[in-house]
Amino acid sequence: MSKVGIIGDKDSIMGFLALGIDIFPAYTQEEIKKTIHKLAEKEYAIIYITEEASLKAGESLARYKDLELPAIIVIPGIEGSMGLGMNEVRESAKRAIGADILFSE
Amino acid sequence: MAKLNVNPTRMEMTRLKRQLKTATRGHKLLKDKLDELMKQFLEIVRENKRLREEAEKALEGAYQNFIIARAVLSESTLSSALMIPQQSVSVKVKQKNIMSVNVPVFDFQKTEGSGDIYPYGMAFTSGELDSAMNSFADAMEPLLRLAESEKTAQLLAQEIERTRRRVNALENVMIPNYQETIKFIAMKLEENERASTTRLMKVKDMVLKKALEERHKQDEALQA
Repeated sequence: MSKVGIIGDKDSIMGFLALGIDIFPAYTQEEIKKTIHKLAEKEYAIIYITEEASLKAGESLARYKDLELPAIIVIPGIEGSMGLGMNEVRESAKRAIGADILFSE
Repeated sequence: MAKLNVNPTRMEMTRLKRQLKTATRGHKLLKDKLDELMKQFLEIVRENKRLREEAEKALEGAYQNFIIARAVLSESTLSSALMIPQQSVSVKVKQKNIMSVNVPVFDFQKTEGSGDIYPYGMAFTSGELDSAMNSFADAMEPLLRLAESEKTAQLLAQEIERTRRRVNALENVMIPNYQETIKFIAMKLEENERASTTRLMKVKDMVLKKALEERHKQDEALQA
């Protein structure tokens, strides 16, 4: 049985606690990277990460992108969406098709 | 195109021809695979986009309600209210095979405590927190489905990239190399054949000339 976790600033992720998702507040680059690796090693199949935190995580996210598990999903934080999550979708479309055809409407 | 470094022999040519055949077949198969992957990917990535829009919208609503709740309640009340969750979510990970790409399928199980999702009593908290919790619960489902769809899209994108690189390598490097080399060997062999024909003709000339001279000598000897 795998678990679901969320990484980000405390304000953004506190609400998820009631849903039964494990929350991991992290602020600095160091903390965020460490938490990602720690959760990936443990039995977390899905890790949500706020956009702000994902900016700091940098290449730590890319490392898990090609692995089957865990799924690291970028979600907007409490300050609202910066469009980084949609960017992830766009990136994978670009990677596969070679052009940004999905979002050109 | 550079030709391969091989000996121009008939045996080598047969071997190369066989390899070319395999490469061409592999190329065709991989190209078919790429087409099908692409078809699947387009569907999945559209779904991915739709789910993300849905999830982000739901989340935005949840955050808005939560901000209000946070404004009404004190920090300590809020964290103590949320400290012990009623439900817990666990995921059963299964595998699905899309064109020989293993993608995870998430199966969610909620273990619920006492019916509702509020992990607190009603006494010390406000109604705003209740509605925040409600909207978080609503955002849950899209978020979880988003995770599955997005991971699938990422894995497929990776596989497509890899397959396309292989198809290109076969199409633009390996197959032309083989063709070039086979042509080179064929020319070389023809050249050798021509060389040996001329040599034979030359030898024949020499032998004839010698025989003729001998005949002349014999004739002269007879006449004398």
